[in-house]
Order: sequence, then C-alpha cells, then structure tokens
Amino acid sequence: MIDQLTVFLGNTEGRLTALCKALGDAGIQMHALALADTADYGLVRIICDNPAKAMASLGEEGFAASLAKVVAVEVPNVPGGLAQVFGVFDGTELNIEYCYCFADARRSAIVALKTGEGAIELLTNAGFTVLHPDDLYAA
Amino acid sequence: MAFQDEITHMDRAELEALQLERLKKAVVYCYERIPFYKENFDAVGFDPYALESFDDLRKASFTTKQDMRDAYPYDLFALPKEDVKEIHMSSGTTGVATVSGYTEHDLQVWGDCFARGIGYAGGTEEDICHVCYGYGLFTGGLGAHYGGLSAGCMTIPMSAGNTKRQIKVLKTMGSSIICCTPSYAMYIADTAIADGVDPKTDFNLKAGIHGAEAWSNQFRENLEKKLNYKALDVYGLTEVMGPGVAIECLEQNGLHVAEDHFYVEILDPETHEPVPDGEWGELVITTLDKEATPVIRYRTKDITRIMPGECACGRTHRRIDRLHGRTDDMMIIRGVNVFPSQIENVCAAFPEVADWYQIELTRENSLDVATLKIEVNPEYAMDEIRAIEDLQKRLKQALKDELATTIQVKVVEPFAIQRSEGKAVRIVDLRSEEEK
Repeated sequence: MIDQLTVFLGNTEGRLTALCKALGDAGIQMHALALADTADYGLVRIICDNPAKAMASLGEEGFAASLAKVVAVEVPNVPGGLAQVFGVFDGTELNIEYCYCFADARRSAIVALKTGEGAIELLTNAGFTVLHPDDLYAA
Repeated sequence: MAFQDEITHMDRAELEALQLERLKKAVVYCYERIPFYKENFDAVGFDPYALESFDDLRKASFTTKQDMRDAYPYDLFALPKEDVKEIHMSSGTTGVATVSGYTEHDLQVWGDCFARGIGYAGGTEEDICHVCYGYGLFTGGLGAHYGGLSAGCMTIPMSAGNTKRQIKVLKTMGSSIICCTPSYAMYIADTAIADGVDPKTDFNLKAGIHGAEAWSNQFRENLEKKLNYKALDVYGLTEVMGPGVAIECLEQNGLHVAEDHFYVEILDPETHEPVPDGEWGELVITTLDKEATPVIRYRTKDITRIMPGECACGRTHRRIDRLHGRTDDMMIIRGVNVFPSQIENVCAAFPEVADWYQIELTRENSLDVATLKIEVNPEYAMDEIRAIEDLQKRLKQALKDELATTIQVKVVEPFAIQRSEGKAVRIVDLRSEEEK
C-alpha cells in the first residue's frame, strides 16, 4: 500500500498555491496530485517522495493533512488498459472509493485506487504490477 | 490562608445581615444622590427608607443598559468628579458607551474581589500574575491588574497582543497565573505549539482566570490539556464593576459571587419573577457598597442560575453557574431561541471538529438561515468527500435534535475562522436591519 497525503482545503483563493508552496519549501517532490472539489472545500490527494515528512510540515503550517492507504497499479499501455484493471473488481465485494491516474519516468501510466482489503492480492493474481512504497518513495 | 478567607468563609447568617445592612444604605444613597433613582423609585412607589428585607428590594425599579447609555457620561455618578479616581467604559460598539466610575474605595474592592479569585486558584503573594487582557477602558486588563496587586503577586502588565512576546515572557519569567479571555489563552497555546514550544513543560502556569466571553467545558478541557493548568471562569461587567463579581474556585462547579459587595437575583426575563435556585434566568445585580456609580437592580441580560447547595471548597458565598449565554446573544432562528453555548455543547461531542466556530446568519426567501462554520480537527484524518458530507449531516442532525431548528453546517480548514485577541466573534449577522 502507498501512503497518500490527503489535505482538506477550503475552496478559497490562494489555498492551492499555499499548499504547493508549503510542500516545495519543505523540499517535497510530488508525483501526483488529484483534487476532489465541492462548492465549499476540496480534498487534495498527493503522492510524493516523503509522505511522513510532508504531513508533519503541513501540520506545522496549519493545514489539515492526513495519510491514507491507496493501492498503486501499473496500467497496461494499450487501449482499454484501465478497463482491464477495473475489470478485476467486477463481481467482487470491493468498491473503488476514488481513483486517479498519473505517470512516472519508468512506467507509462499508474492508477492510484482507494479501495478495501484484499485488492492487492486480487490485482496481483490477475497479473497486474502493484507498486511498493519503495517504487515511489523512500519508505 | 488564602486572600480574604475570613470573608469568603463567613457564616451565612452573618453575611446576609451584612448584605441587608449595606443594601439599606445603598438604596437610600442612590435615592438621595442620583436623580435617576429618585425619579424611578418614586414612579414605582418604592420607598428606600422602608426597605427591611431582600424581598422589599423587588419593589424597586430596574436599571438597564439603555438607562446607562442615556446617562452618558456622568448622570449616574453619586459623587462629584473630584472624588472619583478612575473611569472605565464599555466598548460602545453597539451604541453609546456605558461609563463606570471608581473611588479609591471602589478600586480597593475591585482589586480585592479579583484577588480572591487568585486565592481560589491556589495563588499567593509568591505567584507571578501575567495579565494579558487588554489594558485601557475595557475593565479586563486593569481589573486583573489590581487583583494581582491586592493578592500581593508580582504582576506583569502584558496587555493583549504581541503573542510572540507573551510566549517569551511565559517561558522565561515564570508567570504562574495568567489572566485573559479564554480564546486568547487558546491562541497563545496554539501559537506556542506551532512555534515548537510545549506550554505543558516550557511554561510554569498554575492557573488561568478567564472571562469576558462564554466558553464550553470542552474548550476548558482542551485549554487545560494544552497548558497543564487549571482554567477558572471569572464573571464581571463594566456596568457593575468589572471582572471579579464572581469567580470559580478549584471545584470548577460554579462561580462564587462576592456577596459582601453584590446582591444577586435570578429572574424570569419575561415575567421578572424570581426563579427558584437551580433554575435558569436573567442575572440582576445590585451593588452594595459601590460609591462612585452604584447600581440598583441592574439587568445584566446574562443567563445563569444559582447553584443549589454548598460548595465542596467550604466557601459560603453562593455560586452562579457558568453563563448559559446572553439574552442579547440569543439568536432567534425561525422563531426558536438559540444560544451559541448550546451549539458549542453539541459540537463538543464530535472529535472530528475543533473548538473554533462561527455562526453566520443570513436571510433567504424571507426565512432565516443559520450556518455553522466549524474548523476540522487537524488530528482527525479526512480522506473521503463522503465522510465529510456524512459528518456535516450528523452535526446538522445533532443540532436539530438539541435546538429544534435547522442549522446548516460547513466544516472549514484550520485557521479559517478569524482569531481574535479580545472576545471571540461567534456570531456574524449578515441580515439587514429590517430583516432582524
């Protein structure tokens, strides 16, 4: 499982800049950022090179930051690749709460999934490459 | 022996005899020296010379904040200005200020009343009293200051503001008793923690004497956890004296009224009939020996009750409960009376949210809309929109169960609610004058 940084952010001017600046000042390198927004607030989900340090720095700056466990899976670089990944969950009890895609230099595409117990086993058995924390950051 | 123990432990019968003796003098003193009282007493047929019991006082007219405004600046002074040593004024943010005058004796009484609170907190002349209420016309700063002096403490007149310097002094000078608004105490604690200072070990606080705004028990617990001290509530108001009219002891179960100087009544705000001990009503205060600006039956608009029974601390002065709100702060939302303290108590049961909140009142389609904005607790992980929506829904339901009216709930980021060095701003009324 990957430690994802989640930040609760007011939907007001300058907050996203302030967040990214705080991470930059702490020397944090981001791999992925996805924003779930509502009229009043947003949840910013971030995969970065040092989630524990990022959370501590943001806490000091007064952000509401926490860590959540997500599964990161390599997506086959073919049309329908993402559908193949999601297809694994069909007919199981597992639900995908949210997901977002990103890329890194070594892989074509990665999808981060917030789901339940047993997802890693399910994906691995189906032949997908599930990333370890040390693939993305110094765990 | 704590400060003025002999007075705070006085035998009840003796204390009541003293009160009555002083009350008889006070009503005559006002009648003879202040035209306002003469006119009003005569108008309701109250004969101050015939007062023989506390019940007789109920025939006397009330004094309201508006009366005090109308008397601005000197019409309620019982003495010529040359006999008055100091004045204080309410902020006057909602109209003309109210003025309170103090003679040498009045200042002594004020200092003594606040100093009793320092004694209640376990303080002695060996303590260092750190006063970070604002100094000036506001009674908080100088009231606590005189209290520190009367108690014989080394007193540091910090005044409010310059929080970094407050933290430095708290860290280096050994301040053991801090006097300020509860919200400012929290602000100091949070700022210290954010700066890498741990008030639990880096400060030397024994107690805090906090007042001038309503604060919940949950807020108190958080303060005590962060500052590792005892947070005590103090009550006072410019129109009567300032902080020290009533102060909590370490039992933290009601505030002992300085009954040798103040006579208190709890009345039904509508009928003006006294309510029995233990029942909530409006606090009405008569000063028993104030010289410069005495008041008879001042309607405070504060909602409290007399705590029945004796206090475990052994002091005999009766206790009022921590304020339930003000008849002023009371919001009428779609016809239902709501106090900010009720909202605070509901939210205290939700660990997901913090102590900072604001209630915004607006009007939509000629209906009142109240929206509670409350900060998320940064310690609490929030990762899904669904969980946040669910939290807002549960808060809304809990508020509805408690208040029988709908309050919209919006959770906001930490520090999204403006911090204040004085009284916390809990209600923002965006309704226009005609709409209220």
